[in-house]
Amino acid sequence: MSAVVSPVREPLVTGSKTYHQITEDICAPTERMPGFSFMLGMLFSLLMLGFGAFCMVWTIWKGIGSWDLNRTIGWGWDITNFVWWVGIGHAGTLISAILLLFRQKWRTGVNRAAEAMTIFAVMCAAVFPGIHMGRIWVSFFIFPYPNTRGPLWVNFNSPLLWDVFAISTYFTVSLLFWYTGLVPDLATVRDRASGMRKKIYSIASFGWTGAAKHWSRWESLSLILAGMATPLVLSVHTIVSFDFATSVIPGWHTTIFPPYFVAGAIFSGFAMVQTLMLIARKVLKLEDYITIAHIESMNKVILLTGTIVGVAYLTELFIAWYSGYVYEQFAFYNRAVGIYWWSYLAMMSCNVLSPQIFWFKKARRSVVITFIMSILVNIGMWFERFVIIATTLARDYLPSSWSYYSPTWVEVGDYIFTFGLFFTLFLIFTRVAPVVAIAEIKSILKSGGDQYVGFEAERKKKEALESGEYASQH
Amino acid sequence: MATDSHTNVLFGLYNDEEDLMRAIESANESGLDIMDVYTPFPVHGLDPIMGLKESRLHIAGFIYGALGTCTAFGVMTWVFTRNWPIIFGGKPYFSVPAFMPITFELTVLFACVGMVITFYTICGMGPGVTNPILDERITDDKFCLAFKTNGLPNGEIDNLKSFLSSTQAAEVHTKMI
Repeated sequence: MSAVVSPVREPLVTGSKTYHQITEDICAPTERMPGFSFMLGMLFSLLMLGFGAFCMVWTIWKGIGSWDLNRTIGWGWDITNFVWWVGIGHAGTLISAILLLFRQKWRTGVNRAAEAMTIFAVMCAAVFPGIHMGRIWVSFFIFPYPNTRGPLWVNFNSPLLWDVFAISTYFTVSLLFWYTGLVPDLATVRDRASGMRKKIYSIASFGWTGAAKHWSRWESLSLILAGMATPLVLSVHTIVSFDFATSVIPGWHTTIFPPYFVAGAIFSGFAMVQTLMLIARKVLKLEDYITIAHIESMNKVILLTGTIVGVAYLTELFIAWYSGYVYEQFAFYNRAVGIYWWSYLAMMSCNVLSPQIFWFKKARRSVVITFIMSILVNIGMWFERFVIIATTLARDYLPSSWSYYSPTWVEVGDYIFTFGLFFTLFLIFTRVAPVVAIAEIKSILKSGGDQYVGFEAERKKKEALESGEYASQH
Repeated sequence: MATDSHTNVLFGLYNDEEDLMRAIESANESGLDIMDVYTPFPVHGLDPIMGLKESRLHIAGFIYGALGTCTAFGVMTWVFTRNWPIIFGGKPYFSVPAFMPITFELTVLFACVGMVITFYTICGMGPGVTNPILDERITDDKFCLAFKTNGLPNGEIDNLKSFLSSTQAAEVHTKMI
């Protein structure tokens, strides 16, 4: 029955797993007491969250004046962090939706955790426009609803409002997609649990039974949600880029922004997935499910998107020169060699040069190099947004209003808050829900398990054939 | 649940999806009436041999999506041309290209939320709902083929039992749900 698979294709599940072993391995972290490393991680996250919460209260209490933004540079770390977090979220949707449409089976090992990452990252992103408004207690003004102020409606022509719709739709759809995928696995945990845990997982698993018709509908739903999440994820970062591209600031007002932002988003998102997965597979002992083959596949995506981003940087420079428009030319000259030259250098070296190491198979398959690269890429992508935002604003049309900006400790603290939030949520997630999609891993076992595919399986089959046992087995 | 609404179920548990599929095929050949099949993961090729039709969820999704399109486009048009017309950046009141992003987002939002709600409703699922489970290992590694035995004579039930064991069912059980 099993499909014809090339022997050179690498197995996606190693360790000759049975269906039951898969359940045992993946449910284990939700069933045992967390170990020392988890507690240490949690403590660290909560410390960041605590200090960050203090800074958030400070920001809201004192107002945006506690930041170092000024008349010239109105967007600083806050919007940089917003774009950075939203971008990180995009990898989760790419893995779960786009790779589902492309029938990439390796996504099953990482899609669950990547989608969780998406949801938490979008939550972190949403913090920044919220506090940047200054008066967060009237933040509901951004939604169009009949009101007694006219009714005065929101501006439907503004990219900032499109962002509100894009981010809230993206969050909702990602959450639904993720949870619907999670329901059968929560049922697995439910059927193994007892007492209070059984009650909780019973509520959370929505009464899933595993009936054939339900599976059929579930697959149909997943496919359509994936089909809609794919253009959605492209639209979200396109709209984020419109926040800049529809303005008339030199260096922002370019048509390359949407594709360039989307590629950058996927690039940084995959880096964050790598950071999380490399730690998770080790701590949760999931090396058989998140294999070196998975890491290599993701590194290939990082290489591709990193190179796309690099081409976009060079295209921008070329077009600035070719346009013959002095303000545009100056904007890019200023980015590269102006007062913020160091952030441009960090961006170029982390995003364009360093991923080129992934042309080498050895580097792609090295856990250490991958981990270092994943951190570098995230630093680089943060600097990309900083370069676009702060550097560009610092030198506008009028030299008399030129300015400089560096963050105050409160701004840094607000950024730390989102790190605390992100890691706390992610650590809780690894303990309450299966980190790898159990049902989906089982469904690819016979086409991706190492007892069925790869050189080792091929060798065993040949031995069995030679000894004449093959015919009796099959 | 009232006593008369109980269902007596006879079910066999298989260790492999391929055994299960062969069993379903031979059940079809002998004209047995299968109540349901339960599996730990979506088994491909199960739908055609069980005679399950393709889900019509996508039609529902299209309708919800169209509703979202109309809502977004309609509200924005009404607000900017009738209720409170304002000129933004010299654009016309009815500036269709600028309406597109929100129209797209709401299309996706309505379609996804609507479809997910529909999915849980037609499957009889939801937060806190508990449906009867035949065996706790069905969500682990057992593949279940179930027959309803209400009102069947004992001879028929014995036939079903021997059918299950003859098709390599690892275990055969009865349960009242």
